[in-house]
Amino acid sequence: MSRLLFLLPLLTLAILAGFFSWSLLSGRDPASIGSVMVGRAAPTLPASLGDGLVKSGKPVLVNFFASWCAPCLAEHPMFERLKSREGATIIGIAWKDKPEATRAWLQRLGDPFARLGFDQDGKIALDWGLSGVPETYLIDAQGIVHLHFRGPITERDLGTILPLLRGGS
Amino acid sequence: MLLVALLLCLPALAVEPSEMLKDPVLEARAREIGRALRCVVCQNQSIDDSTAEVAHDMRRAVRERLAAGDSDAQVMDFMVARYGDYVLLKPPFKTRTLALWFSTPAVLLLSVIGLWFAARRRSAALGPAPLSDAERARLDALPDGKNGVIPSEARDP
Repeated sequence: MSRLLFLLPLLTLAILAGFFSWSLLSGRDPASIGSVMVGRAAPTLPASLGDGLVKSGKPVLVNFFASWCAPCLAEHPMFERLKSREGATIIGIAWKDKPEATRAWLQRLGDPFARLGFDQDGKIALDWGLSGVPETYLIDAQGIVHLHFRGPITERDLGTILPLLRGGS
Repeated sequence: MLLVALLLCLPALAVEPSEMLKDPVLEARAREIGRALRCVVCQNQSIDDSTAEVAHDMRRAVRERLAAGDSDAQVMDFMVARYGDYVLLKPPFKTRTLALWFSTPAVLLLSVIGLWFAARRRSAALGPAPLSDAERARLDALPDGKNGVIPSEARDP
């Protein structure tokens, strides 16, 4: 019995090593705060943004961005692609950005948005449980949030977005 | 004067004067709530401690809800509906958080039980063995110090 006790430190080490390698390999993000929006009806958008697009029988992407945000610049080509190749309906909401700066940014890079909104005081964002920019939501044809990305959309995320986008239309 | 200055410095909060409510009672409630809500971009700071943009918006929303007549619990629910339980600095007690609440007391309990067993075994091993009948008989046969014989002088036969 007391012989076995000497194995205890070794066992502890093995458990810790197992946990750390699982953490590394599973792609778990300990900084992720998750989202309670997924599976729920999308929060209401101002009429000028949402009417006729959300719950119109076609999935919609809602993207919060800002012209001052570098990751938004990085993900911008993804939205251009989603719009031109997939015909995706994307609602863009500029968060804490000057409208003229947003417009200049879109003019320079291209405007993939079906509609553009401004959330200068962050009030829309709060209703959507936004933590910062960029964040993107995929809302299905019935107006239910299916995906909530915190951070920029990458090539890899298209793999999850596209089936939902195509399947729901 | 210095004391006053020091006291003024104590609450090093991120709450800006422009955010504060005029009603001191409501503002006090807002502070109470703000200390219990986690800033969603800074891991372990309350929204009152954080200068993040989102924390600022959340503080303002708390005050707006309070001014609209919400109870403290309603304000908390408002935030949980948007950001989930993550936003509460004190995690709620539910099935999903049982491990969180009970693992620490469980470790403590196990250590106490382990220590208790170890201590018992040690004292059993180190303590003097009880006298055998022969030893007791010899001890009884020894003369008392009171009778003029110093115990240390008693020798084995």
